[in-house]
Amino acid sequence: MSAMNNQGRPTGTGSATSSSAIQTYTGNRGLRLEEPLIFELDNPGACGVDLDEPEDFTPRLGTLERKARIGLPGVSEPDVMRHFVRLSRKNYSIDAGLYPLGSCTMKHNPRLNEKMARLAGFGDVHPLQPQKTVQGALELMDTLAHWLKELTGMPAVALSPKAGAHGELCGMMAIRAALVARSEAGTRTRILVPESAHGTNPATAALLNYKVDAIPATAEGRVDLAAFKAKLGPDVAAIMLTNPNTCGLFERDIIDIADAVHAAGAYFYCDGANFNAIVGRVRPGDLGIDAMHINLHKTFSTPHGGGGPGAGPVVLSAALAPFAPLPYVVHGADGYSLVETKGEAKADGTAPFGRMVAFHGQMGMFVRAMAYMMSHGSDGLRQVAEDAVLNANYVLASLKDDLSAPFEGPCMHEALFDDRFLKGTGVETLDFAKAMIDEGYHPMTMYFPLVVHGALLIEPTETESKKTLDQFIGTLKHLAKAAKGNDKALFTGAPHFAPRHRLDETLAARNPVLRWAPAVPKQAAE
Amino acid sequence: MSEIRFTDQHEWVRVEGDTATIGITDYAQEQLGDVVYVELPEVGKTVAAGDEAAVVESVKAASEVYAPVSGEVVEVNADLEGQPGGVNEDAMGRGWFVKLKLADKNEFAKLMDEDAYKAFVEGLA
Amino acid sequence: MRYLPLTETDRRDMLGVIGAKSVDDLFVDVPARARRSGLVDLPKRKGELDVERALSAMAAKNVSAGSVPFFVGAGAYRHHVPSTVDHLIQRSEFLTSYTPYQPEITQGTLQYLFEFQTQVAMLTGMDVANASMYDGSTACGEAVLMAHRVTKRNKAVLSGTLHPHYRAVVENISEVGGYEVEALGATVSGATEDIITRIGDDTSCVVVQSPSFFGDLIDLRAIADAAHAKGALLIAVVTEIVSLGLVTPPGDMGADIVVGEGQSIGNGLNFGGPYVGLFATKTKYIRQMPGRLCGETVDAAGERGFVLTLSTREQHIRREKATSNICTNSGLCCLAFTIHLSLLGEDGFRRLARINHANAVKLADALSGVKGVDVLSKTFFNEFTIRLPRAASGIVDALVGKNVIAGLPASRLIPDDASVENLLIVASTEINTDDDRAAFVAALKEVL
Repeated sequence: MSAMNNQGRPTGTGSATSSSAIQTYTGNRGLRLEEPLIFELDNPGACGVDLDEPEDFTPRLGTLERKARIGLPGVSEPDVMRHFVRLSRKNYSIDAGLYPLGSCTMKHNPRLNEKMARLAGFGDVHPLQPQKTVQGALELMDTLAHWLKELTGMPAVALSPKAGAHGELCGMMAIRAALVARSEAGTRTRILVPESAHGTNPATAALLNYKVDAIPATAEGRVDLAAFKAKLGPDVAAIMLTNPNTCGLFERDIIDIADAVHAAGAYFYCDGANFNAIVGRVRPGDLGIDAMHINLHKTFSTPHGGGGPGAGPVVLSAALAPFAPLPYVVHGADGYSLVETKGEAKADGTAPFGRMVAFHGQMGMFVRAMAYMMSHGSDGLRQVAEDAVLNANYVLASLKDDLSAPFEGPCMHEALFDDRFLKGTGVETLDFAKAMIDEGYHPMTMYFPLVVHGALLIEPTETESKKTLDQFIGTLKHLAKAAKGNDKALFTGAPHFAPRHRLDETLAARNPVLRWAPAVPKQAAE
Repeated sequence: MSEIRFTDQHEWVRVEGDTATIGITDYAQEQLGDVVYVELPEVGKTVAAGDEAAVVESVKAASEVYAPVSGEVVEVNADLEGQPGGVNEDAMGRGWFVKLKLADKNEFAKLMDEDAYKAFVEGLA
Repeated sequence: MRYLPLTETDRRDMLGVIGAKSVDDLFVDVPARARRSGLVDLPKRKGELDVERALSAMAAKNVSAGSVPFFVGAGAYRHHVPSTVDHLIQRSEFLTSYTPYQPEITQGTLQYLFEFQTQVAMLTGMDVANASMYDGSTACGEAVLMAHRVTKRNKAVLSGTLHPHYRAVVENISEVGGYEVEALGATVSGATEDIITRIGDDTSCVVVQSPSFFGDLIDLRAIADAAHAKGALLIAVVTEIVSLGLVTPPGDMGADIVVGEGQSIGNGLNFGGPYVGLFATKTKYIRQMPGRLCGETVDAAGERGFVLTLSTREQHIRREKATSNICTNSGLCCLAFTIHLSLLGEDGFRRLARINHANAVKLADALSGVKGVDVLSKTFFNEFTIRLPRAASGIVDALVGKNVIAGLPASRLIPDDASVENLLIVASTEINTDDDRAAFVAALKEVL
């Protein structure tokens, strides 16, 4: 059988039991509030909106009128408000504390960005209203494109991808289109991806029917240049490389890698998830990269929103620029306009590979990212990278004797540790992370990257103060000492103080319950 | 009289007459953790040695189970669809995956015997 | 800089702990020729006031939908969103939380995703729904790939009245994946599309939108039966989800997968994004679904709780064998959807749908009284197609001059097809008043 992921996180629920002997009538624990599902709050007849029934008219529904009840609950406005406010209090957030998830760039989300995205001229315009009525929206897209091109040193950008993985798909499609134009799409069928890559990289390559070939890492956590060169050949379409890589390290040989890729007739895709480490200091265009997506929700601080929405514009080299997808913005004598069809593109001298998405991309995210970039400016953005890297190195230097670091510093924007410091303690990476919850922190990224055993990946970002970091470092030192001091119960039962103890993922997967359903009456009363 | 052999991919195969029963080893189920789902092939499908014969999923991993020997699928363990935990509880017994009509007994003879597999697993630690 | 807490003193002290002389020492791994000493050629930092001024000036160059009588739909609809929605989604705990990978401290997100999945399943008449895709068009592309996995076939047949952007997304993902697409030409409102005869033994799925791109309601029952008889799946597309308050849901008409655009509930127009893709199917196909799924379970103390589940389908575990490469979803847009639909409830949602339909009927009747205008749609929800005496694009431009944004000329999305050149697709939701409709009719009479 294939890989069993024996380095993956364990999935047991730990040894927790109820943390308090006192049972309350409600199940609440002071401010720790329980909340039923919205469906369980159904109060037939209640409604959270006031709408008047339309006057009599003759419907034009033909035979397709919905008759049966949908099953939605009736709930008044105050009860809806309370329901969601109570739910919100079960969540950790960057506004409330350090969120050191490596590879995720959880930084402060300025509210100015929210305010700007809600201006009626941006938030209340339709993607298909006449273009002369949306000149400001097109100007904003054009301005964002200009900033992204300047910051990356690349000549073109495709704005429409909806998230990082979607941007990867876009970049790889552009590469494929360039190979089609060279009549080499049929022969170049292999993609080189380092072992340490995000899972989206091989998944994206597979969507394009490419064979994924893994490149091993060196003992220093970087791409093995010799092994990489040995894998190059006339059947290689591209390399997909994350830089800085998922171990938080800059790929020192990146220019050699780019040169070798190009000499072999292939293209260089860079996963730009970690652009925050180098923005304003290093331009990907100067490294020989052909395509790179930029997660606006990471580097440019659009909020993560519990898992989305994101935005993943892709910058492209001159070799790939003509193949950028529809639509794109052009500026002519009559102002801005969108090139939306292949016919218009042909007249414009380009050869787009197609369309990634309906409409024009994540405008709401473009506005937020633009507000963030303008606030920082060229000087502030460079400072972002420097402070992000400084903070990560400060964490690495402060903790390397208490935890165990697999690679020598300096690191870039994130500090990687492994589980050697837990050896013999009976405490695993997962337990250690869950104990952080009891200390009021969101845990770091665990068990990723896969190239390190029991990985703990910490990305503090530039928006944390020294005082916050010192408190965090102190907490980790304390926990490491407790683990080594055989205080196992502190860990295996953790978290003790969260809204929930560890959840049974096996039960969830063996018996999937993916929606609420009304209870079936046991037996109709006689 | 049955005989059991093992692969270095942690599958086992037991042969009785010309029927080969295939499963994953106890070591494999322990490494996977709680098995939550098993995807089985259709009866009548022919597989070659090394082909994917089934998929086993735990919460944290999904692994292909390769056929250690070639043959035609004659039976699958339908009990695993409702009770995938059977793989954890009795990997070498009622946690079996598929039965094949053995195409070539020589393939079977080339696999590891119990002692060789035991030594192989010890070497992994 | 106001977003950066470190002071020069902090930086010096921290470099001391690290043992570095300057921050440049931390960038030693960058090849020398790629290190930039100076700033990139962009403006320097700005205070809040200056950023507000600059961006507000750009925003002011747009005509917002709320400032004029507005009738554009075609996959994105202007509805009224209650104030409660925007307040709640801006709560820190929702806005600034990450994907719920640590379920003990993200039960808020997980529970609303579970509620969202339930609501979407109810609206579409399906068994289960996922925790959202990027938008309707990408959900449609994913549905086609899923149908190929389920049927082990590789040809999709697309209705000619599928939104042209959705069609383009399906064609794009199919081309790179090596799959076949047969897309029918546009069938203009009033005529019936013959899609059933296109379903063959090699067809994996049939993709049909209702209400269609032109606004017409399509009875899916016969198409579903024909698809199933050939072993193919029916994928139903709904770009105006409010329609399901009044129109028979695809699940009741035999659809195997329903995808849709959820923007209409809780989310603004935003010039095209972010929106929220809906994806629902039958229980037997859940392991072939793309995207995140939230499931119910219990914690170590036996209390009910929620987790992301069946994640072995996903890229972070299965890598190149994943059902999709999707990672991010539309979390906050799902939340807006869930809150708005909770406020509406059964009664409010159905009434909202009736108001939409009534407004569209009123507008269609008023426009049919204008000389030279033909209303082509026979059955519709809140959007319909009219034929004008000459090219619709020129008329729409002329109407902008009269401060009316009248609808979408079909030719903008279906170029090079003379049969649609005079067609205008018009939507009317609850936001349109009698005065709006009167202004539209009066302005149209003037420009014709």
